[in-house]
Amino acid sequence: MWRDALLMAGKDLRIEARSRVAANQVAPFALIVLVLFGFALEPDRSFLTQAAPGLFWVAVLFCSLLAVQRSFAVESADSARDGLRLSGMDPAGIFLGKAGAVALELVGLEILLTFGIVVLYGTNLQGAALLLAAAATATIGLAVCGTVYGALAAGLRVRETLLPLLTLPVVAPVLLGATRAWEVALGQSADDGWRWVILLGVFAVIYLALGVLAFGALLEEA
Amino acid sequence: MSTGNVTTRVLGIAALATSAAVAVLGLTVTPPDVVQGELVRLIYIHPAVSTIAFVAFGVTALASVLYLVPRTRARRWDLLAGASGEIGVVFCALSLATGSIWGRPAWGVWWTWDARLTLTALLCAMGLGYLAVRRVDLPVERRSMLSAVVALAILFVVVIDHYATEWWRTLHQGDTLERFKPLIHGQQLMTMLLSFVAFGLIYGWLVIHRFRLEQLEERVETEGLDHALAARRAEAAEPGPAPVSAGAPSTMEAPRP
Repeated sequence: MWRDALLMAGKDLRIEARSRVAANQVAPFALIVLVLFGFALEPDRSFLTQAAPGLFWVAVLFCSLLAVQRSFAVESADSARDGLRLSGMDPAGIFLGKAGAVALELVGLEILLTFGIVVLYGTNLQGAALLLAAAATATIGLAVCGTVYGALAAGLRVRETLLPLLTLPVVAPVLLGATRAWEVALGQSADDGWRWVILLGVFAVIYLALGVLAFGALLEEA
Repeated sequence: MSTGNVTTRVLGIAALATSAAVAVLGLTVTPPDVVQGELVRLIYIHPAVSTIAFVAFGVTALASVLYLVPRTRARRWDLLAGASGEIGVVFCALSLATGSIWGRPAWGVWWTWDARLTLTALLCAMGLGYLAVRRVDLPVERRSMLSAVVALAILFVVVIDHYATEWWRTLHQGDTLERFKPLIHGQQLMTMLLSFVAFGLIYGWLVIHRFRLEQLEERVETEGLDHALAARRAEAAEPGPAPVSAGAPSTMEAPRP
């Protein structure tokens, strides 16, 4: 399973590295979203700084949808999906590999977006442990959850519209948890940040388990 | 072909009777509240509607689990999950609407980011997603599997959402009936309990109709063409006058074997 996961993740990341869709389209999209938030809200720095954690995670959420859609779009061309099913790879491995590749892409985007909020919104980074722990658990949660629904919607005629409708309400707790944890880490709130990290972890574990168990069926079904 | 039977007729009449009783009791017999005045009358609709919404989604989740377990897998569980899910979304939307109508005068706002409101809104959105999956163009069996997985995922997410929104903020009043001694007047309590019965009966009535409608829809989908073909062939095989169709001359004879 782990070997298959590594193979799969390597393949997906290699495709991304060569096609440069993530670097040339998704990353600029993420930055444009940050700039648009600046237009939509008061360009007054203090307000943007206050809202930065939430805006950051909304931008990550949108990017995760694009990354997941892309991850399954590469399988739909040239009936690569049938090839995948014929390859005899462990479905759980395929799931972990795809989710891992999406997670790594998201990590790259998050680093970029962090620079974005520091430069554009004047965020002062602090509380590194909580910041990183929340980011890691939230990223895993987004990647595994997105991959489950991506597999479910892939191959359907309505996939472009179905994926956001299914994913966005479901990842609401991730947005909530990650935003609150980041607010605590950045010193904007006196909440207990670590319980949010635990919540994010539980979310990630649930979807990880669901994906590992059901991905074979999803791959066959859709 | 009708979706009604003796059970639904009895249920329907009982639902009508109890609803009428709730309306009369709630609007005229029960006294207005000391603090909330006439507003309190919403207590005869809103709690029952919200509870039924959660019950309906619970039934959907349970039926989906039964469908996913190979030993209990049967078409009826999938149909029940779909029927109940659809009604759940309707009741969820009604719960949000009646809650808003109550919230505006009581809290001064149509909407507030309270834990329970947020959870209900998220549940409503996820219910819509579930219904969207039930409508995708796939063979029946595959679509049922996908919808069951989606329903099961919603079940887990609701638990997480519950904690997330609770920790986030809470403004909604606590459960009125949870306390050992309810804080409301005897008549009010009785009317409120009767409203639960009324909406429960409406739910049951709707579920049965919807379930049977889904059965018929599925038959149309799977045997529709075969059935139509067989009917045409039978017509062709039978000697006798052809069915009169628009534009066709009435003297036309059916082909004889």
